[in-house]
Amino acid sequence: MATVTAEQVEARVVETLASFGPDADQISRESTFEELDIDSLDLVELAQVVEDDYGVVLKGEDMKELKTVGDAIDLIVSRAE
Amino acid sequence: MKRRVVITGLGAVTPLGVGVDALFDRWAAGECGILDGAGACTDFEPSELLSVKEVRRLDRFSQFALVAAAEAIGGAGWDGELPYDPFRAGCVVATGIGGIQTVENQLDIQRERGAGRMSPLGIPAQMSNAAAAAISMKYGLKGQAFAVGSACSSGAHAIGTALRMIQYDDADAVVVGGSEATLTTFGFGSFNAMQALSVSGISRPFDARRDGFVMGEGAGMLVLEEASAAEARGATILGEVLGYASTSDAYHLTAPEPSGVAATKAIELAMADAGVGPDEIDYINAHGTSTQLNDAAETAAVKRALGEERARKVPMSSMKSATGHLLGAAGAAEAVATVRTLQTRVIPPTLGYEVPDPECDLDYVPGEAGPLVMSNGRPPVALSNSFAFGGHNVALVIGGAR
Repeated sequence: MATVTAEQVEARVVETLASFGPDADQISRESTFEELDIDSLDLVELAQVVEDDYGVVLKGEDMKELKTVGDAIDLIVSRAE
Repeated sequence: MKRRVVITGLGAVTPLGVGVDALFDRWAAGECGILDGAGACTDFEPSELLSVKEVRRLDRFSQFALVAAAEAIGGAGWDGELPYDPFRAGCVVATGIGGIQTVENQLDIQRERGAGRMSPLGIPAQMSNAAAAAISMKYGLKGQAFAVGSACSSGAHAIGTALRMIQYDDADAVVVGGSEATLTTFGFGSFNAMQALSVSGISRPFDARRDGFVMGEGAGMLVLEEASAAEARGATILGEVLGYASTSDAYHLTAPEPSGVAATKAIELAMADAGVGPDEIDYINAHGTSTQLNDAAETAAVKRALGEERARKVPMSSMKSATGHLLGAAGAAEAVATVRTLQTRVIPPTLGYEVPDPECDLDYVPGEAGPLVMSNGRPPVALSNSFAFGGHNVALVIGGAR
């Protein structure tokens, strides 16, 4: 699999989260899912996108630890390597 | 003594447009929302009316309900602040079928890409209580919230259920109605297989040429409040739910029992519940589906319940001539239109009614709207009928504001 950069993952995650409701310019690495009103159902959908795009499988227990957008990006990048 | 239940808000999304004005004013003007054999809510633009999150998370039937509820709640003057203890405010939203478009979409994904790619929103979007849940969450209604289902009488059953909730002191206010969005592959395919849909694509209830119903979609919502509480907060009273009753044919899965005995009983019990007699019914909002069997059986039931002489004098029109059949939303949207009839004293017509049928020999308000004529200066009273697959019969008695 081609190398995935953190920038690529960040762009994809922000785009996906924005499609769930929050404005894209509201979303940064520091944003918490709580303040973006992103809940567990949204994160399952994000995981499906991530699996399709990067072959990274995120399970419920992985997601539970995620508090911020940056947490999610870092986890995806580390698993994709 | 029973607690009185008044109507303080109305909302609608129908093939005639978004809002109660679009529904009532256009129907009364003789306009029809049916195009190419279906009553689609073509004016309904979810992205203009709802947030991105609401559009994504809600099946079309819940979207209709949420938009209609916003109109009803805004009209009741609740916007921004609930005038009741949240645990005393409920929400009942009927649907005959629920989020069938969601089911169809998810089954496509399951077949094409596997079960692992199905959306986690599939079940919560398709569940029949999804609309009630969405309204409860948006407006902080913490009392009883649930769906009721009885096919084409669902919306009327919801209003009856909400009436009892308030009468029996289980709630002080209920946001209530019905919603349906079944203009889908399954909906058309299945109703066509039953040969229930009009071949001509024309909804003309009670006309001798009627050949089946035209499927529509949409929602009707009302805000019901206990009368003294509504008056105390200075609410504008639009009308009153005076009576309700429901019976079942115990006869056939889809065909109404032809003599209309059980439907008659529902009407009689609803009038008794309201404490009104046949002479006090000023208008009947018919179920009037445009099927051969329904319209004849409904006519027979009305004649038996009111007595032939009285039945011939009471104007009876069918909204389905203008919108098609909104299925689980029909009873609620038609109750909304009935309240408007009582308010405006204008009876919208049964569109397309031209050729009399010997089995349908009442005043169906042909041609154009007529005036609501009341006896003795009291607030007007209307009967609204709903009948359903499964043999369910619901009658509501609705009064004008005192």
